[in-house]
Amino acid sequence: MDLSYSPEEIAFRDEVRAFLDEKLPKDLAEKIRRGGHPDKAEQEQWHAILNVRGWLAPNWPREFGGAEWNAVQRHIFEEECAFASAPRIVPFGLSMLAPVLMKFGSKEQCGHYLPRILDGTDWWCQGYSEPGAGSDLASLKTRAVREGDHYIVNGQKTWTTLGQYADWIFCLVRTDPNVKQQEGISFLLIDMNTPGVEVRPIILLDGTHEVNEVWFTDVKVPVENLVGEENKGWTYAKYLLTHERTNIAGVGFSEAGLASVKRMARAEMSGGKPLAVNPHFAARVAKVEIDLMAMATTNLRIISKAAVGQAPGVEASMLKVKGTIIRQEINDLARRAAGPYAMPFASELVEGDNDPIGPDYAGPVAAKYFNNRKLSIFGGSNEIQRGIIAKVKMGG
Amino acid sequence: MNFDLTEERQMLQDSLRRFLKDRYTTDTRNRIIDSDTGMSDEIWTALAELGVIGALFAEEQGGFGGAGFDISTVFEELGRAGVVEPFLDTAILGGGLIAALGDDAQKQMVEEVIGGGLHLAFAHGEPTSRYDLSRVETSAKSDGDGIVLNGRKAVVVNAEAAGRIIVSARESGDAGDEAGISLFLVPAGTDGMTLRGYPLMSGGRAAEVTLDEVRLPGSARLGAAGAAFPAIAAQVAAANVALAAEAMGAMETAVELTREYLMTRKQFGRPIGTFQALAHRYSDLLIEMEQARSAVINAAGHFADPARERDRHIASARNLIGRVGRLVAEESIQMHGGIAMTQEYELAHIAKRIVMTDHRLGDTDYHLERFIDLSAA
Repeated sequence: MDLSYSPEEIAFRDEVRAFLDEKLPKDLAEKIRRGGHPDKAEQEQWHAILNVRGWLAPNWPREFGGAEWNAVQRHIFEEECAFASAPRIVPFGLSMLAPVLMKFGSKEQCGHYLPRILDGTDWWCQGYSEPGAGSDLASLKTRAVREGDHYIVNGQKTWTTLGQYADWIFCLVRTDPNVKQQEGISFLLIDMNTPGVEVRPIILLDGTHEVNEVWFTDVKVPVENLVGEENKGWTYAKYLLTHERTNIAGVGFSEAGLASVKRMARAEMSGGKPLAVNPHFAARVAKVEIDLMAMATTNLRIISKAAVGQAPGVEASMLKVKGTIIRQEINDLARRAAGPYAMPFASELVEGDNDPIGPDYAGPVAAKYFNNRKLSIFGGSNEIQRGIIAKVKMGG
Repeated sequence: MNFDLTEERQMLQDSLRRFLKDRYTTDTRNRIIDSDTGMSDEIWTALAELGVIGALFAEEQGGFGGAGFDISTVFEELGRAGVVEPFLDTAILGGGLIAALGDDAQKQMVEEVIGGGLHLAFAHGEPTSRYDLSRVETSAKSDGDGIVLNGRKAVVVNAEAAGRIIVSARESGDAGDEAGISLFLVPAGTDGMTLRGYPLMSGGRAAEVTLDEVRLPGSARLGAAGAAFPAIAAQVAAANVALAAEAMGAMETAVELTREYLMTRKQFGRPIGTFQALAHRYSDLLIEMEQARSAVINAAGHFADPARERDRHIASARNLIGRVGRLVAEESIQMHGGIAMTQEYELAHIAKRIVMTDHRLGDTDYHLERFIDLSAA
């Protein structure tokens, strides 16, 4: 048993740190630190910086231009990025679609799409959920009917994250309505500029526009945009979901968030003393920190196994549940710490150059608390994860 | 023992509930929240005519209520409908302080408030006072016949709409002393008073209020010099009854929306409420809602007790409502899924009202500490 990083891993961490220190634009990091959302240009700028260094696609093999890091390296990178307030890497093209193309796509598809994902030519979004198909994803109804060398697509996707920026969408569509649900689904790549594709914004409860509805009305999609075989899309989707779960525990986010709560608690005054020494608040912080210390080690245990090729199964579901509970608890602590100054609805102040209303850390905390309720809902809700754990462990 | 509302309160509850159900829809409210003033004059006037404001004042103050259960009845319904109009600020805090401390001339304003023609705000909290009611650093200095105010007030709800802002300021003693605090009626637009307004997360508006050499006549003082604290504590107690009841009403809506959704939303071929994992969690919410209702009844029922006993019950209610409120808001969202995260769905606003209650006049921990202090022999 050895709980510490190897000398090579420490050298890697120092390399990442030095890179972030030098290359992460200071104004962008400041914006993220203050709870802002990077706009499209800022996001693309950060992707380009990483791409120059060869670090944009940590999980890709080198032959496709990836870094081919192991799980420990990826964890170190994600943790350092969280601490440095780097924008997150938009995952849809890089860590969701790309692995599917590499595994199931044609040579032509890999040769065409993968370089365009790396160099930022194409922004991808994900067309999975539908209004009637959330947790029960296999019941999806968006229909693709083959007509000659095209599919004609009709239907509606929802919760499409950053679909307003996207050039392309990868979709699960129903190609055979007459078989068992899972066996009539195909995986289709659709150009968002095709006539009949319409993106409608969904405004979330914190006033942000990050998700959308995507409507398809008689959209003509060339058959060469089918990935793999027709009606095998569910298999590809499940493969994709295992890749969606990298960094699922969000340990870096939680550690950075907890450090920020502690800074707030030292600055806030309660009854003439710093909030940090208030026994009730201190106990709340301590409990979360204790949970986080244990989860960080659970995460590393699972990552160590993954680094030697043992793919995580239910452990990923466990990390998702625990990881999101801890992150949400930290968001709740930040909200509490800000006191009355959590009340202003300050999205424009966070985004712009205006002076904050109260202390600068207070502006985004309530919005973040509400926005991050999504963590336990998306990517397979925590209820779905618990179902998976029980099913696997009880052999159902 | 009788836990029924009186006939008058029952009528008020019925008419208020009916009016808000018809007139205060999600769409209407979202338009109000997005408007420049963050409130609707039309709704304000109509609710004043229904007697909503009058019910918050005692007969000798010109109203027809003013007891703990009048406050809880009105605010439960306001909470149920997610009303953002500032009844707490204009009536309970502003109007209540004038009614408690004002001279005959000042008390004329209470009549205007009850009629719906005057808005008020209570500028008390300061940038570092958090929830501590006695931590007042804004200063009031005598200057000949007049008074000069200097200081800064934080998150003053309804300040921009208020015809008068009631400003607390220290005439003697140190920050943290209860003695030495006075209240002053400052007309909107007074020289030296500047407002920086902004919208609030849960709807409505507030402002940072800066007082820079604000000169007032001596007649602007409410009550005796340096002796305002007991009245502040009493009106804050009333406001805490109102906030607890408002959150409870909002929680009822959240739980009811969740019930409807669990029964109608189908996944895997059946209503999701038929999954035991969700059914049990819904049952837990109902169990906690009974606790919340009783906590509000305790607070309202002990509102006329001596201050210490009153405040102990109010602290207990705010602590319990804070805990249950968070559970109800978070579980309601979680059991809905993504739909509850969207601005156009009723639960989004309701959940924000519930959670953000925890940032007004003390959060769950503050009220726990108050309860411990007030329970000590």
